[in-house]
Amino acid sequence: MASMRDIKRRQISVTSTQQITKAMKLVATVKLQKAKARAERNKPYFNTLYKTICSILTKTEYMEHPYLVANGSNRKAMIVITSNKGLAGGYNSNVVKEVTGTGFPVRDVDIYAVGRKGAETLARKGYPIIEDDSEAINEPLYKDAIDISKRVLESYSRGEVGEIYMAYTNFKNTVSQEARLLKLLPLNIEELPKEDENDSMVMMNYEPEADDALDILVPKYISNLLYGAFVEALASENGARMQAMDSATTNADNMIADLSLKYNRARQASITQELTEIIAGSEAIS
Amino acid sequence: MADKTFRLRIIAPDRIFFEDDVTFVEFRTMEGDIGVYPGHISLTSVIEPGIAKIHMPSGEIKEAALLNGFSEVLADRVTILAEAVEWPEEIDVSRAKEAQIRAERRIRDEDGDIDRAELALKRSLVRQRLAR
Repeated sequence: MASMRDIKRRQISVTSTQQITKAMKLVATVKLQKAKARAERNKPYFNTLYKTICSILTKTEYMEHPYLVANGSNRKAMIVITSNKGLAGGYNSNVVKEVTGTGFPVRDVDIYAVGRKGAETLARKGYPIIEDDSEAINEPLYKDAIDISKRVLESYSRGEVGEIYMAYTNFKNTVSQEARLLKLLPLNIEELPKEDENDSMVMMNYEPEADDALDILVPKYISNLLYGAFVEALASENGARMQAMDSATTNADNMIADLSLKYNRARQASITQELTEIIAGSEAIS
Repeated sequence: MADKTFRLRIIAPDRIFFEDDVTFVEFRTMEGDIGVYPGHISLTSVIEPGIAKIHMPSGEIKEAALLNGFSEVLADRVTILAEAVEWPEEIDVSRAKEAQIRAERRIRDEDGDIDRAELALKRSLVRQRLAR
């Protein structure tokens, strides 16, 4: 049996670890609230933009638009949104799994990494990291989303990549987050939801013409999608960390209970032993 | 016509900038300035940097710097999606002035993306005009 001193030392170490995990949980909870509020604020903008794009696409005759047909390149661009810090349970590895699970050859995927953890893991697996914008995930700005989507779209229109994907974590609620892979371009008309009867009755006029409007709206759509993914990912990261730290704190509680039981036993054993020795000693003398 | 109103919503990526019933709104699009009364023909247009004038039913006129985005006009409602939109009191004049100088320099030296510099120049001018 371990000595009393060893058990005591371990107990102290577990207790201080628990204090850290408890504090981290609190921090994550506060950050989660903020990130959630932010995600909510972006919703109306995103929904309206999405509806407008859908209605343009369902009404345009022009299906030849470069954003709608693949340009023939085999390469894929992938925007991978993870976190800069660890200790968030399976949060980062789930996103990485979405990327590796596509089955695309490693050399054919250009990674635009947002988040250090994902960038490091994918680089180790041999994926070419084209860009690392990890700073953006600390405090998502709309400007970052515009800049990144602009660079990805340029590479698309130059024909360097044929498809654009985005891997991020969708924030369902505080306890459940889901890693997801989303295809951004080319847009697939069939995948867009059909409009309700009411709206499609309106004849919409476009200024400039519909396909020119697409040129302008699609980049806005992509950058907004990206911004939305940033804020969702941030909320998910903190949700995942909150959960991970919560279970760590509970585990520490169990360990402390277990250790204090062991400690008491060891103490009792040593007292019994001392007594036996004293009694044995006194018997030998008399 | 003054009693007739329509719903105007101006939405920015991180907030709902404006939402209320108004009688008339003007703003600048790529095809020129337009003014919208209730019952306008449905129209989707792309916005150029300019000053949006919002006419409230009370007769009050609100002005905002509308810098980027697009608008969807329907008979009974207008939705403007703006990537950048500001009330006069939110504008940082010294920053706008700086942006103007930078953009003018880039245009003069023909350094980099001229279209972008021109847009930046337009934005900075709109901001300064409204803030004054």
